[in-house]
Amino acid sequence: MAKRSNEPFLWSLFSSGGMIAALFIPVLLFLFGIAFPLGWIDAPSYNDMLDLVTHPLTKLILFALCSLPLFHWAHRFRFTLYDGLQIKHLNEAIAIFCYGGAILGTALAGYILWNL
Amino acid sequence: MKHNPDYTLYHPRWYRERVSTYWWTRKWSHFKFILRELTSLAVAYFVLLVICLLRAVGDGQESYNAMQEWLATPVAIVVNLIAFCLILFHTITWFNLAPRAMPVRVGGKRLADWMVAAPNYVAWLVISAIVAWIVIGD
Repeated sequence: MAKRSNEPFLWSLFSSGGMIAALFIPVLLFLFGIAFPLGWIDAPSYNDMLDLVTHPLTKLILFALCSLPLFHWAHRFRFTLYDGLQIKHLNEAIAIFCYGGAILGTALAGYILWNL
Repeated sequence: MKHNPDYTLYHPRWYRERVSTYWWTRKWSHFKFILRELTSLAVAYFVLLVICLLRAVGDGQESYNAMQEWLATPVAIVVNLIAFCLILFHTITWFNLAPRAMPVRVGGKRLADWMVAAPNYVAWLVISAIVAWIVIGD
């Protein structure tokens, strides 16, 4: 029997993260990275931001928004390093760096959101 | 050269032509493929930005103001503009890939690609509008 692969599980994280990234990141990056700093639109006040991010539902969405796209990055970047730079012999080191980074980022986001 | 059978997962004795590390710079379609894969870096950057922003909000008014000041520096604006373009590229290529990843059949016939991709764009518009409305407030 063939060895069981983790690939389907990792791929499901990759694809759900890719979907969340595609749907949510453009508007958020446009607002916080471009429109607010350039003064096109008034940035939310500190109290409004605090109210928004301390709402349990927002926290849940933000956690998913941080975690799943990180696994999307991990999966995609891993194979970009393999194909683009042809460093497949570093397979394990790259996998540990990518998925480890995603796990660390998830933990960090969870910790910060929990303490808000 | 040191013999390293780990390098190829298959037959170590087969002849394989070496491919340049920069193979993807020679053809537009290959370049687009690598660019699409590199959009993942912008995704990771965005998550880091969100984490920093959340931490600033958690630290209090002063940190939040400092974060906003940093976001308004020319370097931050340029970085965010580049990231935004990459993210847009990700979104468009992602939605357009959907019909190929999961062809939808209705009554034995395959739906046209645009009919599978279109709902993604509609969802994108709706979600963007809702998020903007919530963030900007009244």
